Amino acid sequence: MVGQQEANEMVRGEGIVKRFGHLTVLNGIHFQVKRGQVVVIIGPSGSGKTTLLRCINHLEKIDSGRIYVDGQLVGYREVNGKLLEDSEANIARMRSQIGFVFQRFNLFSHKTALENVMEAPIYVLHEPRNVVRERALANLEKVGLADKANAYPRQLSGGQQQRVAIARALAMKPKLMLFDEATSALDPELVGEVLKVMRQLAEEGMTMVVVTHEMHFAREVADHVIFMDKAQIVEEGPPEQIFGNPQNERTRDFLRRID
Amino acid sequence: MFRWDLVGQYLFSFLFIKAAWMTLWIAVVAQVLGVVLGLFLALMQMARRLRFLNWIASVYIWLFRGTPLLIQVYLLWLGPTKFGLTLSPEMCILLSFSLNEAAYMAEIIRAGISSVDEGQMEAAKALGMRYGLAMRRIVIPQAIRFIIPPLGNEFNNMLKTTSIASVIGVIELTQAAREYGAHSFSVFELLIVSSVYYLLMTTVWTFVQSWIERRLDPERKAKAAQKNWTSRVLGFEPSAGH
Repeated sequence: MVGQQEANEMVRGEGIVKRFGHLTVLNGIHFQVKRGQVVVIIGPSGSGKTTLLRCINHLEKIDSGRIYVDGQLVGYREVNGKLLEDSEANIARMRSQIGFVFQRFNLFSHKTALENVMEAPIYVLHEPRNVVRERALANLEKVGLADKANAYPRQLSGGQQQRVAIARALAMKPKLMLFDEATSALDPELVGEVLKVMRQLAEEGMTMVVVTHEMHFAREVADHVIFMDKAQIVEEGPPEQIFGNPQNERTRDFLRRID
Repeated sequence: MFRWDLVGQYLFSFLFIKAAWMTLWIAVVAQVLGVVLGLFLALMQMARRLRFLNWIASVYIWLFRGTPLLIQVYLLWLGPTKFGLTLSPEMCILLSFSLNEAAYMAEIIRAGISSVDEGQMEAAKALGMRYGLAMRRIVIPQAIRFIIPPLGNEFNNMLKTTSIASVIGVIELTQAAREYGAHSFSVFELLIVSSVYYLLMTTVWTFVQSWIERRLDPERKAKAAQKNWTSRVLGFEPSAGH
């Protein structure tokens, strides 16, 4: 399989199907993310965008299809043509290379900002504490929160918490970052500071898959936009096409309503 | 006739101090073992991949919560003799108390763990932590805040439940009153002495418990991150009207 991968491919989804009971939330999704690319997924709520993102690091199991990250099959092993769920250790190792930013931040509430950032590199990557500490401080600096290193999450605003969460993901030196509506839980005046950090990451060449309702961000930062509706990819292409000249009726409808 | 002099005489006697020590020792050891075993039972109950563990834990809890502790003590005292074995009274008490307490602690710990926001486990997993590591480093430390208050009540109960040990002759506070009072027909007076000790221990525990709860209060922990050494040594902030 690896031989067939394009060299510059980071994520590939093939015929992904996901059901919750009788409800099909992903109905045969094919997509690709190239190295260094910023892919933004838009679409109405309930269209399956968040679920798709969560499948990429196996926070959700899939019912059929395959997902590859950096040439590796995610969450499953292929044994005689059948897919078996992978071992916990392998799944954890795969996740440690993929950063995930949640809508509701999910900072560890019993740890300070700095401890949040240091936790996984120490206990998952087993790196020495002083090395981790230096990098964690640099990561906090990068998101503009060096002065909040010793603050607990409850002492930070939503925007600050989300920036710590981004620093926490970056501390693992991920090859791919996934953003699940990272600004949806924020007060309007705090959205900008988080988007700024995400934009900066994109400029540095980080490969990113971003689920968002921020159309300005999608238009300006995305290399590729995917529009999803009713468990399917309805239309995809460069932002100029999706926002400037959408081909599908449903895309036009959605963009008109959101404006 | 009530003999005050006996109350005074026995209150500070070596015999009762020793009995009080036995009471405290049984309570602490049984509670600690109960917590450890209860944690295992709670984790078994939450097992998703190995369902039979869940089943075993549920049956255990059902049995130990559904029968009287006194009968569990008798069964463990008499049971081994059927196989030609004997347990010392202290061992029998420690074992039955721990096994019984574990059933209650399992429920408390399970409730505590499920009170922690699910997002915490998800974030830990997304960072590449395995289930055990995420539990140990992220979920359980946060669950402790929910577990401590009911655990404190359990220990308060445990201090008094130790009087059941008297039925198989362990010389703790209750048995001490019965035994030392029997000769002089002064069991009543000595039970008053025992009660004073029980009250003393439960009262002290109440203070210890509220001190621990205050220490675990996240608001306070957040403040402590910035507060000075004087107030840290004192253990409270002189200015705060708490």
